[in-house]
Amino acid sequence: MLHIIRILSLLLFSSIVLTAEDDYQLQRKGMIHAIEADVRATKIYLEKDALDPRVMEAMNTVPRHELVPHKQRSKAYRNRPLPIGYGQTISQPYIVAIMTDLLNPKPEHRVLEVGTGSGYQAAILSQLVRQVYTMEIIEALGKRARRDLTKLGYDNIQVRIGDGYYGWKQHAPFDGIVVTAAASHIPPPLIEQLKLGGRMIIPVGSRFLTQQLLLVVKDEEGNVTTRQILPVRFVPLTGSH
Amino acid sequence: MNNTQFQSEPRLPLFSVAMISATALAYEVLLTRLFSIVQWHHFAYMVISIALLGFGASGTFLALKSQLVENFKPVYVTNLILFGVMALPCILFAQQFAVHPEQLLWDPAQMMRVTAVYLLLALPFFFAANAIGLALMRYRHKVPKIYSADLIGAGVGGIVIVGLLYLLFPIDVLKVLSVFGLVAAVVAGFELRFDRISIAISIVIAFSLLIALSMLPPAWLNLSISPYKSLPQQLNVIDTYIETERSSPLGLLSVIASPAVPLRHAPGLSLNTTVEVPEQRGVFIDGDAITPIDAYAKRDDSAYLDNLTSALPYHLNHPKRVVVLGAGGGNLIRQALYHGTPSITAVELDPYIVKLMRGDYRDFSGGLYDLDTVDVQIKEARGFIDGNPQHYDLIQIALIDSFAASSAGLYALNENYLYTVEALGEFYAHLSKGGFLAISRWVKLPPRDALKLFATAVEALRRAGVADPAKQLLLIRGWQTSTLLIKNGRFTKQEIASAQQFCKTRSFDLAFYADMPTSLANQYNVLPEAYYYQGAKALLGEAPEQFLADYKFNIKPATDDRPYFFYFFKWRTLPEIFSLRGRGGTPLLESGYVILFATLIQAVLISFVLIVLPLWKRMRANNVRRGRMVGYFASLGFAFFFIEIAFIQKFLLFLHHPVLAVAAVLSGFLVFAGLGSYIAGRWQTSWDARNLVTIAVIVIGILGLLYALVLPDLVFEPLIGAPMPVKITVSLTLIGLLAIPMGMPFPLGLARLGERAKKQIPSAWAINGCASVISAILATVIAIHFGFTIVVLLAVMLYFLAAVIFEF
Repeated sequence: MLHIIRILSLLLFSSIVLTAEDDYQLQRKGMIHAIEADVRATKIYLEKDALDPRVMEAMNTVPRHELVPHKQRSKAYRNRPLPIGYGQTISQPYIVAIMTDLLNPKPEHRVLEVGTGSGYQAAILSQLVRQVYTMEIIEALGKRARRDLTKLGYDNIQVRIGDGYYGWKQHAPFDGIVVTAAASHIPPPLIEQLKLGGRMIIPVGSRFLTQQLLLVVKDEEGNVTTRQILPVRFVPLTGSH
Repeated sequence: MNNTQFQSEPRLPLFSVAMISATALAYEVLLTRLFSIVQWHHFAYMVISIALLGFGASGTFLALKSQLVENFKPVYVTNLILFGVMALPCILFAQQFAVHPEQLLWDPAQMMRVTAVYLLLALPFFFAANAIGLALMRYRHKVPKIYSADLIGAGVGGIVIVGLLYLLFPIDVLKVLSVFGLVAAVVAGFELRFDRISIAISIVIAFSLLIALSMLPPAWLNLSISPYKSLPQQLNVIDTYIETERSSPLGLLSVIASPAVPLRHAPGLSLNTTVEVPEQRGVFIDGDAITPIDAYAKRDDSAYLDNLTSALPYHLNHPKRVVVLGAGGGNLIRQALYHGTPSITAVELDPYIVKLMRGDYRDFSGGLYDLDTVDVQIKEARGFIDGNPQHYDLIQIALIDSFAASSAGLYALNENYLYTVEALGEFYAHLSKGGFLAISRWVKLPPRDALKLFATAVEALRRAGVADPAKQLLLIRGWQTSTLLIKNGRFTKQEIASAQQFCKTRSFDLAFYADMPTSLANQYNVLPEAYYYQGAKALLGEAPEQFLADYKFNIKPATDDRPYFFYFFKWRTLPEIFSLRGRGGTPLLESGYVILFATLIQAVLISFVLIVLPLWKRMRANNVRRGRMVGYFASLGFAFFFIEIAFIQKFLLFLHHPVLAVAAVLSGFLVFAGLGSYIAGRWQTSWDARNLVTIAVIVIGILGLLYALVLPDLVFEPLIGAPMPVKITVSLTLIGLLAIPMGMPFPLGLARLGERAKKQIPSAWAINGCASVISAILATVIAIHFGFTIVVLLAVMLYFLAAVIFEF
């Protein structure tokens, strides 16, 4: 009898878990649709009306709810930023998708991330490139991200706790660099560690609201230029000038 | 109650009324300071609306419970004690409801927290207002005296709080104010002839609280600064700590050291440079804006400063006399020294920053502020320039506000007299021939600051009689900062070539100079379109007004009458931004103004719910015309504060020191109005009240309009270089002449009500209280749109309206 109860409880429990997972999957689908709609609306700045399908697939795969604090899980797939503690946030999914797409990730790439935060951006990148190196300056956040990413089985992500200003020389140069940690300027060592033809992406704004995305491109001759991208369909002028 | 009974009563509680009034005003100012530290400046308006909640609720409470006045003595003293007891815990509890304004936009739960904070913080105001309201009800035949004690007390409170904020940290000031509340209760005990035992008990309670406060664990008293401000973010970094803190009404300075992960503050650093930023200490102002202090050992330590957009003027010529406005931790001084400038003047408003540079951080900074070549002036920027006969080869205005707060529109409500047309005109007039005015701002997308500044410069040059401003303007931008140069003279070909070279080697873009080829406008920091170049061209073109009208942000030049440089909001753009809120559009919302407007609506709603609804029926009295009564006391509430707020701003341009000007003007108005109330009380026995009100209003009307129109030219201009005591004496005399009649209509109206319908006194008190607090918010809204002169004009009209409807 006890055995039957155990089996029934197990079945019941697993069905709850399954239902919850299904529910998250559904929410993830909803999030993907929201991102696709936003991208179409912003095509004039992004110069494309859809993001790389590989990026969208990664967004559809990574369990965002596993990387946010427990009490934020129910909101994990809403298209909005969430607090993750220590005055830090996880960007809204739409911004993460655009940032990842702007990086133009390829399977053979090695990417550096400065500012691990929740680990979500690293997890997305890990689906798209060979190796992700991520650095976090806030010890508690770095440890939490390392634990969560390991638990989720992302074995091509290395998390290091420390100052990202000097990059990660040992593994440089990088095909792409994401700087999510607030910095008063772009650290020169990071530009040095960017490969010729590499791209760096930096969200600019306050902790919650990304005002613009800064794409830094190092061309084959080593010349560095930036492109400032407004992640929203908005033209400052109404007349014709 | 008849007059015979009245004469046998104890002494009027004038001192205790003045004390509680002083303490409540000080508490309000302190709350603004605390909110600036834990949140941002624009929450000052929330504080005003919190006070309104307390005052409004009190008026209604007293009207509904008017029988309380029959037990006046114990109820009055209890309210004073409750203020003292609750002042500190209310703030400490309110801190527990961590409110994050940015999350308000998508997290409805935040609204619940805001409501809790409101209710908690309104409590002390409720008790203070109860005490004053009860005194007015109880001594209705002596209203002018009680009211004058209330105003004079508030005026003194305005000065006392400034002094306290210079002497103590805000949290310690809070303790002092708690004790003040209790001392007021003890004073009331004496005034009202309580028995000795009761007074002794009050004294024991006061002392017990004092002892309890001094024994509170420091951890309880820590301010919970929003984790999204720069200081707490920096403190998250390993081994980072606050090395020194200084507090004054100008701001809380926190100097942080970060030995493990160096602070490297160099906004706008060129992408091409490989030079290192030296070791720095970060001076955070109110936990957000940062000014770094560079460690100095050798000249090369400052090399990074040559890779900022602000270094441009040093590459066009070799300025010999440089002045830096807003010198802070001194990196623009260091930049000038790097370029071999022989004479540098560092102008800094906050004396504590200068003290830090000359004291604790003298060795660290290589004695920067004590160098022979550096002359330090503790002055406000306009005050330094005004009446200064010197001319300079370069005037640099430092970039000190934080990018995050600036880009979120959190400075929208800050009056700023540095970036107005008149200010730029004055700076321009102090340039030597061929000299530069250099102003650096954050680059935002879509452009706001830099274009507004450009428009302001064009207007300033036109007013200075420059026929072709384009030839005297040069704008460059990196991805993060822009620098505008305004030259006293036309840019030469050689200077343009040097600017091109400067930009090329640093990957900065030229955004504008006269006859600039379009191809240079968008090379290194590529925007969807060359917005800056197009904007600058349009502002100098044939239809700048059309461009300003079509642009989706407000980039019309700010003026001294409408000094809101950071106000970029346009109502017309709101629907578009609102429709984009889930699509990355939220950051486009200039939240400062939106919060101000939301606060205004909320204040009006609170007034309606707290006063109009519960009191409307009760305001019906046989011999009082309800509409007129409401109109009279509301008009006075609005008008008084409209004038006070407008003249604080007008006198700010004369006295130049923000704290001093606000303290002198605010306290001056309150004290002189208190005197006016007292005089009205003396005169009302021999004069008809209506005639007194009419005369007072005529004087207010004439002086108000005269001041608004001619003060700057006829009084301020000739006396601009006079010593500060002379300026303060002149200011107080001018204020006194206007404020004495302003103090008369309210008590005369209240006394008239006391004769006809004494139960309506608390209603009038509540109406006036609400109107005055709404007016503080409304005055800013009107000033933003129409200017302070219109605020004065409206006030005068409201006073006349009050005179017309006096017979209620």
